[in-house]
Amino acid sequence: MARDLEEYLRPGVPGTAFCPGCGHGILMGAILRAIDQLKLNLDDMLFVSGIGCAAWIPSPNFNADTLHTLHGRAIPAATGVKMYNPRLNVVVVSGDGDLVDIGGNHLIHAARRNVDITVLCANNMIYGMTGGQACSTTPLGAHTQTTQSNAYRSFDLCHLVSAAGASYVARYAITQPLALIGSIKKALQIKGFSFIEVLSTCPTQYGRRNHLGTPAEMIGYLMERCIDRKEANGLSHQELEGRIITGEFLDSLPLSGGATYGKAQAG
Amino acid sequence: MLDEGLPPGTYYLSGNEAAVEGAIRAGCRYYAGYPITPSSEIMERVSARFRQVGGVFVQMEDEIASICSVIGASWAGAKAMTATSGPGFSLMQEGIGYAAMTETPLVIVDVQRAGPGTGQASRVGSGDVMQAKWGSHGDYQIIAISPWSVQETYDQTINAFNLAERYRVPVILLSDLAIGHLWERIDIPEKVDLFNRIKKPGAPPFGTEADDGVPPMPSFGEGEKLLVTASTHDERGVRKSDDPQVQEKLVSRLNNKILKHRGEIVQSDHYYLQDAQVVVLCYGFTARSALFAVQEMRHRGKKVGMVRFKTLWPFADQIARQVGSTARAVFVPEMNQGQVAGEVMKYVTCDVAQYSQTNGEIITPQAIIGELERLV
Repeated sequence: MARDLEEYLRPGVPGTAFCPGCGHGILMGAILRAIDQLKLNLDDMLFVSGIGCAAWIPSPNFNADTLHTLHGRAIPAATGVKMYNPRLNVVVVSGDGDLVDIGGNHLIHAARRNVDITVLCANNMIYGMTGGQACSTTPLGAHTQTTQSNAYRSFDLCHLVSAAGASYVARYAITQPLALIGSIKKALQIKGFSFIEVLSTCPTQYGRRNHLGTPAEMIGYLMERCIDRKEANGLSHQELEGRIITGEFLDSLPLSGGATYGKAQAG
Repeated sequence: MLDEGLPPGTYYLSGNEAAVEGAIRAGCRYYAGYPITPSSEIMERVSARFRQVGGVFVQMEDEIASICSVIGASWAGAKAMTATSGPGFSLMQEGIGYAAMTETPLVIVDVQRAGPGTGQASRVGSGDVMQAKWGSHGDYQIIAISPWSVQETYDQTINAFNLAERYRVPVILLSDLAIGHLWERIDIPEKVDLFNRIKKPGAPPFGTEADDGVPPMPSFGEGEKLLVTASTHDERGVRKSDDPQVQEKLVSRLNNKILKHRGEIVQSDHYYLQDAQVVVLCYGFTARSALFAVQEMRHRGKKVGMVRFKTLWPFADQIARQVGSTARAVFVPEMNQGQVAGEVMKYVTCDVAQYSQTNGEIITPQAIIGELERLV
C-alpha cells in the first residue's frame, strides 16, 4: 500500500493475507483512495464484512471500526448498525459467494428497503478461501473444484440489485482503477442503498484451472472482456458475446411503475 | 413517563405483551424479527410501542437476518432484542454462537411451541430447553430464564437485559405458547434496577486478567477502532486462527464467566422442602400445575415438596444436589421427553421419576397428583 495511505491502515498489521496476483489489494487501495479524496474521517465509518478472502480487506487492515460477521450475514448486521446509529457511514466489503450465494436474500431485501449503506462486492467468480469451488458468479463452462464444466449461468448482480430497488448500482473491474475510485466515491455519498460489483482476480483458485494461471493472464482476461457501457451501446448481441459490460447501471433513477406495487391507499 | 414504558399501576396483559413492556422498561430500543406463531404478538406490539418510546423496529427477511441485525445494533450501542419460536430459533443458532464468541449482549424470547419440525404451531411444548443450551456449535454458555406467569415475563425480561449486559452474553427467555398467550393481571412497579453497559475507553474489549472476567464493551463510532470477529481473537480482537493458547484462554473464559457466577445468575423458588420425601422439580408453565398438585398433596398429608427453576441455564446444580441427597425421589414433569430430567440425573443420587408429555397440551394438576400418589 502506498505510504500516503498508511494513516488508514491499522498499526501492527503485518500485511494482507492475499495470494500473489489477487485483485483484492487493488480494491483495498481503491476504497482507501476514495475515502482519502473525500476526506472522510474513519472514526465516523464502520466496515462490515462476512466470511471469505474479500472479507479480510477491511478486517483487520482498516484503522476503523470493523465488524467481521458470519458467512453471508454482513448486510443484516450492517442494517442493524445503520438503523440504530444513522450517523455512521456503514460500508460492507465482502465477496460474491458471501453476499450473493449464502447471503443473497439479505442483499435483495436491503436493496428493496433502500437501507443507506454501501455494499462493495468483490467478485472473483469462485469460492477462493475454501479452495476453488463453483459459486453463483462462476461463468458457464468454467472448471472448478466442483465442476468439470460449470452447467449453470452466473447471476448478473447489477440487474439483480437494480431490480430489487437500489439507489446506485455499478460494475467496475480492478483493471479500471480510476473509474472504480470515482464510483466508490459516488457510492459513499449517495443516500440509499449503493452497490458496486468489483470484478477481481483469483489466479490461485480460478485462473490456474481455467488457463489463466498467472496474475498477468487474469488481469489480461478482465482487460479484454470488460467493455464500458457507453462503448457497448449499439453493439449487437454477437459482438458483445463474452464481454462484461461495466459502468453505472442505476443512478438514483426511479424504477419503472411495473417493478413495485406503488403506495398503499392511506387510511 | 410513557417514553420509559408503561406508567406504574395494574394492567391486564398477555405474556407476549408483557415481554415487550419489560424490554421497553429495561431500555431496549432495537428490535428485529420475523413473524412466527406463537410469538408474533411480541413483534406486533413492538411495532406500535417503539413509535411511542423512540425505538427502532425492523421487520427482517428471516430469523437469521433478525439475529444478525440485533448483533449489529448491540455493537452500535443498543439494548437489542428479537423473539421467535422453534423453527426461527433453529435458524438463529449460528447467530447465537456468534454473539457468544463476540460477547454481544442481546435478548431472545423463544415462545416455545410443539416440535420438532413445523410441529404444531399453535400448541404448547418445552422442547427447546436443550437447544437453548447446545444449539450452536462449539463450547459456550448462554443464560436461559423460564418464566411461569405474565408478571414474571415482565420482570424476567428486565432481568434478561440486565444479565445480558452484565455478562455480555445472549440471554434467552424460554417462554412458551401457554404463557405467551396467557392473560393475567400484572403490576408495573415504580422502580426497577437496571444494569447498563460498562465502558472503559481504551481498555481491551475482548479480554480480562481474571479467567472468568467480563471485559468492558465499547460501541461503534466511539473512536475505539474496534475489531469485532467471531474468529478466535486476542483481547484486542485480533484474529488468532491457529494459536492454541489464545483459543483455550478465550473459550475457557467464555465458559467461566457464566459457570463461575452461577450463584449470581441461578434463581429458584422452594416449597415445603424441610420434610419432603418426594420433591417435584419443575419450571415454566408446568410449575403452575405442579404447585397446585403439591399443595393438594400436602392437604392430603403427603410429604411432597417442590423446587421451581426460574432459570434453566446455567443449571441449578447445587439445588439439585441438595434436594437429591435428602429426598427419596425427585419427580420431573415437563412438556418434552425428559430434557431437564436428564440434566437432573447428572447431579442427584436418588431416584428420578420422569413425566414427559409431548401431545401439545399443558400438563394438568390432576396428572401430576396421579403420579405423586404412586410415588409417595
